Amino acid sequence: MASPDIDVRYVADLARLNLSDAEAATFQKQLSDILGYVAQLEKVDVSSVAAFSGPVVNNLRPDVLGESLPVEVALSNAPQQENNLIVVPKMIE
Amino acid sequence: MAEYEAVIGLEVHVQLKTNTKMFCSCKNEFGGAPNSHVCPVCLGMPGVLPTPNEEAIIKTILTGEMLECQIAPRCKFDRKNYFYPDMPKNYQISQYDEPLCANGAVTLNLLAFPKDVQNDPKVNFDKKIRLERIHLEEDVAKSFHYDGASGIDFNRAGTPLMEIVSKADIATPEEAFAYLTALKQILIYGGVSDADMEKGQMRCDVNVSIRPKGQKEYGTKVEIKNLNSISAVRKSLHYEILRQTADVEAGVPIIQQTRRWDDGRGETFMMRTKEKAHDYRYFPDPDLLPLNTEEGLHQTAKSRLPELPAAKKSRLVADYAVTEYQASVLASEVALANYFEKAAANAKNKSAVANFLLNDYFATGGDIENIPVNPEFFSELSNLVEEGKINTKQAKEVFPKMVAENKAPSVLVKELGLSQITDTAALEALCDQAIAANPRSVADFKAGKTNAVNALKGQVMKLSKGQANPQVVGDILLKKLSA
Repeated sequence: MASPDIDVRYVADLARLNLSDAEAATFQKQLSDILGYVAQLEKVDVSSVAAFSGPVVNNLRPDVLGESLPVEVALSNAPQQENNLIVVPKMIE
Repeated sequence: MAEYEAVIGLEVHVQLKTNTKMFCSCKNEFGGAPNSHVCPVCLGMPGVLPTPNEEAIIKTILTGEMLECQIAPRCKFDRKNYFYPDMPKNYQISQYDEPLCANGAVTLNLLAFPKDVQNDPKVNFDKKIRLERIHLEEDVAKSFHYDGASGIDFNRAGTPLMEIVSKADIATPEEAFAYLTALKQILIYGGVSDADMEKGQMRCDVNVSIRPKGQKEYGTKVEIKNLNSISAVRKSLHYEILRQTADVEAGVPIIQQTRRWDDGRGETFMMRTKEKAHDYRYFPDPDLLPLNTEEGLHQTAKSRLPELPAAKKSRLVADYAVTEYQASVLASEVALANYFEKAAANAKNKSAVANFLLNDYFATGGDIENIPVNPEFFSELSNLVEEGKINTKQAKEVFPKMVAENKAPSVLVKELGLSQITDTAALEALCDQAIAANPRSVADFKAGKTNAVNALKGQVMKLSKGQANPQVVGDILLKKLSA
């Protein structure tokens, strides 16, 4: 079942992707197929299954200090750095 | 010219006071060497698994309880997707349609308003500003800007951050000021955050529009950013309301935009227009299970509910017989109220202790966090006055030494050679002396000038080197003169 509910150009724009027309057409079909595949779930009869109301036990972490990375390790993948800051192209707000 | 009214809503971000970050066990601390409190989780490395900090959730629920919110029995975390170098995952973990707390209110109070309007009869000092919601999210990294480049410090990334959204109930810059002051006070009361705006622990974005008075529809709203203090919020709103009014009057339409406050110049500047709404493509974070707050979290938060400012104020009035005003000032800071309760514990006149603390102590330029004085000395000093052992003038001599040297008032009274003469026989002798030496004042008094007794009283005080109890002296003189 094909779903028309996806605008590949718009999604690409949000993701800062520059797609060629051919790529847009390919992804349009692929994404629609995926949505159609997942949409099969909607046909399953779940009337006898209780709705999931959340976990009984919460998966939480106590507020206890753990170890952080040494600065040089934390920065090891940063192509540019200065004064222990990761340097990126100028951000404009 | 039509009359306009402003419609103001505030979004306040508050960093929670926890040991560790929201989803990892890195240290939550202001400052620190750049990128020294980071790990694969808060750096957004692939394949890591965030785990929520229980304490952050409890503190958010506690905030909701203090602000009269409804606490969701169940909530979840969502991903807010956007691209920016301060968020390496390309999404921020936040809460979209199921926030922890909904509704609620901040109740303003007189002292929360700027001092210059505290006597304005037009102001509704007890106004309730309703809240839309409070949700929990993670803070982003801090950026520094240089020529042609920016530098990123991820220490702040992942700090537990509450977003408190008000309804558009705020009508004036002064109400916005009072809202933030009252909110900050409550956050500090609950130990939820230090809420220091200078350290970025509390940050505020403002939405403001104007409309002709009486109109139902809202005007186009403008967002103001870069507000680093509560007074900057007030000043920027004054500026912005005037600017919008002038534009509307001149027929210039207001466009939806974000403006930046320049505190030095006292003006707002346009940063960007909002041509299209942001599309953050929120979806539930598949790394995080929904939360069930009824599993202990809500209960724990409730058990930590402190006595809030309004309740503390009423109790101080009832238990210590201080004035309403004294109680408001004392309750405005939890540390101050706590100190007062210790200081007044053994005092016969507790309102006098409030006076010593609020007037005399603060006049020395001291603050309450670093007050060096044993609180019991306040009781002792006020009791010395109450029992007539020293007079109020002498108390004012003792006070600065008591603060500077943290010495017991009874010791200081001896050291300074103070102590009031209450021995009636001794005082009668002094009064006789003064009467004999000042026939003129005596004659004036007998001629009906009752004020003349003050001159004689002054003489007696002088003869006693200031140690006579002025009230007793007055009584004796009147008795003798009228005889």
